[in-house]
Amino acid sequence: MSGLGEAANGSTMRSVTPRRSPAGPAVVAGGAERDPAIRVEGLSKRFGEITAVDGVSFDVRPGEVFGFLGPNGAGKTTTIKMLCTLLKPSSGRALIDGHDVVTEAAAVRAGIGIVFQDNTLDEYLTAEQNLLYHAMIYHVPRRERKERILRLLELVELADRRSDVVRTFSGGMKRRLEIARALLHLPRVLFLDEPTVGLDPQTRHYVWEYLNQVRLQHNVTIFLTTHYMDEAENADRIAIIDYGRIIALDTPPALKRMVGGDLITLSTADDDRARVEIAERLGVSGILQRDGHLTFEVESGESFVPRLVTALSVPVRTVSVRRPGLDDVFLRLTGKAIRDEEAGSTERLKSRMRERGRIRR
Amino acid sequence: MSVSVRGRTAFSGGGLLRSLRGLVDPEAVWMIWQRDLVRFRRQPTRLYGSIVRSVVWLFALGLGLRQSFVPVAGLNYTQFIFPGVIAMALIFASLQSAISVIWDREFGFLKEVMVAPIPRSSLLLGKALGGATTSTLQGVIVLAFAPLAGVPLSVGSVVAAMALMFLTAVAMTSLGLVIAVRMTDFEGFGSIQNMVVMPMFLLSGAMFPTQGLPAWLTALLVANPLSYGVHAVRGVLLDYYTHSLGLDVGVLCLFSAVTLSVALWLLEREG
Repeated sequence: MSGLGEAANGSTMRSVTPRRSPAGPAVVAGGAERDPAIRVEGLSKRFGEITAVDGVSFDVRPGEVFGFLGPNGAGKTTTIKMLCTLLKPSSGRALIDGHDVVTEAAAVRAGIGIVFQDNTLDEYLTAEQNLLYHAMIYHVPRRERKERILRLLELVELADRRSDVVRTFSGGMKRRLEIARALLHLPRVLFLDEPTVGLDPQTRHYVWEYLNQVRLQHNVTIFLTTHYMDEAENADRIAIIDYGRIIALDTPPALKRMVGGDLITLSTADDDRARVEIAERLGVSGILQRDGHLTFEVESGESFVPRLVTALSVPVRTVSVRRPGLDDVFLRLTGKAIRDEEAGSTERLKSRMRERGRIRR
Repeated sequence: MSVSVRGRTAFSGGGLLRSLRGLVDPEAVWMIWQRDLVRFRRQPTRLYGSIVRSVVWLFALGLGLRQSFVPVAGLNYTQFIFPGVIAMALIFASLQSAISVIWDREFGFLKEVMVAPIPRSSLLLGKALGGATTSTLQGVIVLAFAPLAGVPLSVGSVVAAMALMFLTAVAMTSLGLVIAVRMTDFEGFGSIQNMVVMPMFLLSGAMFPTQGLPAWLTALLVANPLSYGVHAVRGVLLDYYTHSLGLDVGVLCLFSAVTLSVALWLLEREG
């Protein structure tokens, strides 16, 4: 394995700032004087000559939902593992609630909750036992255990299944139970690595409903990684990561503004001819023609459509106006669609790492 | 939020609690131990398999080879191998229990424990004690066949045998943990049975007297930690000793301490 963090963390100081009032609501406005929930400075991880994470820096404010968006193999899970103290950075440093992930790993662990990409429940135990055992290794006060477990099971609507063995649960139920478990010790930061991967769209929607409730009730900072665009929309700010580097970091609306105007997609009786006409008569450039559709970007979609229809000599079959989504941002920034990248990038990184025997699960 | 505050105090505030938890976290050890027992109860096939295997060895071999066995210190073959069959139950169960760490790694639960604010030593200690407890339970079931094997029991001999069985199981589980921590997939799993369990069992004096053997075989027996467990259990059950019981206890304790330390070192190196 790679060496210890040789970063400039010799002067790591223990935070002596008083912690926020225990029961207080999320005072994001007053966040300026407070430590960031997560501070990352020049964080890198190299496996042999492969750089999985390449000098990443960002701050996450307390109470914020911060998303790491990128194709599989972009370095998202490696980053989360370093932040959770499971992997030592090759260089750079990361602080969680003021604690260094390398030199103060125990303090970091006590203050974070994690939902891993793969299920980490013990399937031979009941839902309640899984939570109880978690409470034991996180030193939740004995007196509070029963009540807290029940309250969280209610939150994720599993209270009536609490005595059932986890093996009998569906994927969505397991995920919800893992979220409940991660909150049991009242973490200040909750890490979610691809929290809804492998779940059907409806279950994904539910999981996010729970997460939004959790966020309100527990006043917790959420750091999530995802390669689902719609999931990333739940974040207050998003860092788009590709090949181990952050290529953009902003709020979802601001990121979408990078694409500029609206996207118009239309199909006509004769796309080739329509394409020429749109370019010549309406002065539009950058028209993409694929899968029987023409797609292009204009300033203001609604006012453009009537002009479009009258200007064309060929019959228009369908036309749609769409605000740009994060997919379009990703496409604009990297020149490739996030989904095209999935297989290629994952397999490349994983197989190269396996060859070296460095992937451990 | 009060707990988070407590959590921080416990780790950064110094004090006795912190320094104790840094070495051994009793509640974490207790949790790992408890979990092993719950899982054992939910997987009854492990137990049935162990009983069947023990009974077959005890009676097929014990009765089959009885005629051609020259009694040692007045013991017939069934009596002689009875402690050996207990040792077999122990080593099989201990190794199997320790190897379950590989399952935990594969199916994720290990991660849940690895990111918890507990020292890694607690995980290993809990595993060693949990594996030893379930193994001893299986050994005790074999012990119940003592009357059928012609081995007389007394309260004293049963208590002593159980204590020594537990110690032997701790040693064997600790050895299993070293293997399990090193193995990251199931590929080598089958070979553990053939390369570790069977040779250790057969070269422990479980099935034959250790006197008057070729020097190389004696060397292997002396080097095998299971030999001392077999000798100790045989000693208290049949009052047959070839060296002192103190040596057995000493070797098993030392072996457990060394293997657990190695396992801890390997686990912490992992990152």
